[in-house]
Parts: sequence; C-alpha cells; structure tokens
Amino acid sequence: MNRMRPSVETIMESDAVAVEQTLAGDREAFHILVERHSRNVYRLAYRMTGNQHDAEEVVQEAFLRAYQKLSQFAARANFGTWVYRIAANYAIDRMRQRKSEDSNRALPARETDDGAEMDLMSTVPDAAPSPERLAQSGQLATQMRRALRELTPAERTAFVMRHWGGSGIEEIAAALNSSASAAKNTVFRSVQKLRKALEPFVEQRGRARAMGTEL
Amino acid sequence: MKHPKEEELIAYHDGEAAGREAIAEHLADCPECEAELAHIDALLAALNTIPVPEPGEDYGQRVWQQISPRLPQRRGHWWDFLFSEPNAVPWFAPRRLAGAGAIAALVLAAFIAGRLTPRDPTSPVAIDASKVRERILVLAVGEHLGRSEMVLVELANSGPQNAGQKQVNISGEQRRAEDLLEENRLYRQTALEQGDTALAGVLDELERVLLDVAHSPQQVTPAQLEGMRQRIEARGILFKVRVVGKDLQQRGESGNTPAQPSSSGKSERNKA
Repeated sequence: MNRMRPSVETIMESDAVAVEQTLAGDREAFHILVERHSRNVYRLAYRMTGNQHDAEEVVQEAFLRAYQKLSQFAARANFGTWVYRIAANYAIDRMRQRKSEDSNRALPARETDDGAEMDLMSTVPDAAPSPERLAQSGQLATQMRRALRELTPAERTAFVMRHWGGSGIEEIAAALNSSASAAKNTVFRSVQKLRKALEPFVEQRGRARAMGTEL
Repeated sequence: MKHPKEEELIAYHDGEAAGREAIAEHLADCPECEAELAHIDALLAALNTIPVPEPGEDYGQRVWQQISPRLPQRRGHWWDFLFSEPNAVPWFAPRRLAGAGAIAALVLAAFIAGRLTPRDPTSPVAIDASKVRERILVLAVGEHLGRSEMVLVELANSGPQNAGQKQVNISGEQRRAEDLLEENRLYRQTALEQGDTALAGVLDELERVLLDVAHSPQQVTPAQLEGMRQRIEARGILFKVRVVGKDLQQRGESGNTPAQPSSSGKSERNKA
C-alpha cells in the first residue's frame, strides 16, 4: 500500500503546481494538464455520449471551461477529478441536446407492439450463437449500446461515473447537481433499466457457458 | 434477515459498506439471492466489454492544438512583478515567496492598523503600528493553529465504522486542510519576516502535514489513513501546535503585546 503512495502524491502535487503556474499566466503549464488528463476524460466522454465526435467535443469543452474557471478551483490538488466532473456536466447537456434533436428527426427504427423503438439489428433471427459470436457480429454490443442510449442523460452519467469511472456517490451528486440520496437512486435506476433491457442477452451468455457451447 | 432489495444488492456489488456484513451472511444461506447477485455481476461484466476506441498516443497534443487558440489570455495580478524577473526564477523560489509574504503582511498590518487607529485626529493616542501588526499576527496565527489542530484531531479520530469498511471518506478534512494551507504559507512568511524563526519552523512543519492531508485521495483505505496518522504522530506536530497556540493565546489575552515576540514565548516554542 505504502509503496504506491509517494507516486500518487507526486502526481497530485505536480497538478497543484501546474494549476498555480497557469493561474500566474503560464499557458504551457495548462498544456501539461491537458496532456496528462485528456485521455481519461475522453474515455468518460465516449462512454457517456457513445460516439467519437461528441466525445472529442466534450473533451475540448471541458478543458476550455476548466481554464476559464481555474481561479474558482483555487488550491485544490485534484485537478483530474475536477475536470472529469466538468466533462460529465457538459456531456449531460450535450446528450440532452442530442435527444431533442433526434426527437425532431425521423429515426431509422420501427416500433414494436408495445410502442417501444426497435433497433433493426435486434430483428436478426436468433440462432442461439455463443455470446462471443453475438458480440463479434456486433449484436450484443449493439444491444448494450442501445440500452445505454435509452437511459436518461442523468442516469447514463451516474452509471458511467459509478461503474466505469469508479466515482463515489458524492462526486456523482456534484456532477448531477443533486443530493447524495438522489444520486444513489439514479445509479440504482440506471442499473435496473439496463438489467431489464439486457438480462435476456446476458442470461443467454450464462446458459451458453453452462452448456459448454461458448467458444 | 429478509431478502435484500435489488437496490441493496447493486450497492453490495459496488462495494458499499452499509449493511454489507448482514447481506454477505444472507447470501451465504440464500441461493436465490446469490443467483440474483450473480445476474447483476454478469450484467455489469458484460457492459465492461463495450470497447472504447483508443484515441492515440498524441491525443493530448491534438486536444491542446485545438483548444489553445481559443484560450483567453490570462492576465497576471498586479503583484506579478515579483514573479516575472528576466532570469525566470521559479515562482516558488524563496526570495519570491518572501517578497510576496512581506507585501501580504504589510497590506494586512496596514489595513488592521487603519481600523484600530483612533479616528479622532485631535486624539494624542496613536497606536504603534508595529505593536498592532504583532498583535494581529499573534491573534490570527493563534486562531489558525486552533483550526489546524481541530482538523488533525478529527483526522486522528476518524476511521472505518466497521471492520469490513474498505474506504474512509476524509473529503471534509481534506478541503479544510487545503483552505488552511494558503493561510499557513502567509503566516509562515510573515513570521520569518518578523524574525520569529521558532514560529516559522512550527508553521513549516504544519504545512507539510497539511499538504499531506490536502493531497490525499478523498477516499482512503484504513491502511492509508493509519499511515497518515503515523506520519502526523511521528512529527509530534499536534503537541507543537498546542504549545505554540497556547503561548500565542496568552500573549493575545495579555493585551500588552510587546513589539517583538517575548523571549519566554520564543524559548517555549523552541522547546516544542
């Protein structure tokens, strides 16, 4: 445990130094912060928005906003967490905007009997292939992406931050601008919705594994 | 225990501490709930397989190229002359900090002296500015040490609420340590300017401890917390802070503050 500690401290401290230098007018110091954190922010942004173009836009906007608000950041050492939260915030806005744009457009999807949208990929006849084959053909991945897209922006943010970003409930609450208990509920709701949408596929994987038909 | 709700099983999967032991006990005896948890694990594991395209090694550089033309020019502060010598002395060079500290102390003392000096121009009483400055420093540093002591004591007393808790949240102490750091730097520089090396020494040690706390993760493992606690104890900083704080408090309460720190006060602090 202690073996890891000095390196974490060094990284944190160098972030704090770079922030102070940026505040003193040194743009190159901010360049260092961008180089250091942009890939991590990109991963968050991609998982939230689901596409590369929007993810890149979120990353750029997050760093621009961080630069503009840097004086509010004061001496806080954890710049990475801060810019991550800014990115999550902006991605929520971006997703809401996309949703409203999409709702004004005719989508290449058709509706099931219960009125839910149905992705064309999901109509491919199920020949009970292994989950890996499903994934290879893109069907499982498509279903998962679709299930994530069906979440509200807040649910998606909460899910991504919690399960992929390892964020704590307080951090998620700050990004969602909500209370901790509301953030906790949002995380729960997101998993519940994903379960409902994906359980048949995931169970299929389990069955395939049990029957030894998994590749 | 009743069957845990889906919400509780998801929280259990996420490693949340509340009710963890009771759920673990229940899972050991309930195949139904165990299977339910296995479904949640499987779902989240499957979602982990969604690939994220790798943006490339030069991604940070590309982001910089895209945003740098859009960054507004950040103007330095009026006191930046301290930081802009032609030979590019680092901002944290002692002489720059000393200069910044001296200016800060001067501004602070001038402001307070202005507030305390009698407004009536005919009054024969004029408070000696150096005494005022010393008294303000004594009061402010005493208060600062009190707040620092409180943070360190809280940290020393914090810990996991039960044996199974994997993370302890110290974000509150961390934020307060960050706030105290700035003040501490200013007081340390001012103490140095006034030749009170004993006080400056204690503030210097306190600064290292505050840095340690401020730069820790918000959630630490009990082992990390114990390490932090041991470092605080090893420095004996709590004892030193208390001794110096008490000395300053006595000087503040006496109201008869000498222009220079008393020799007895200094020797007491040197003992600390």
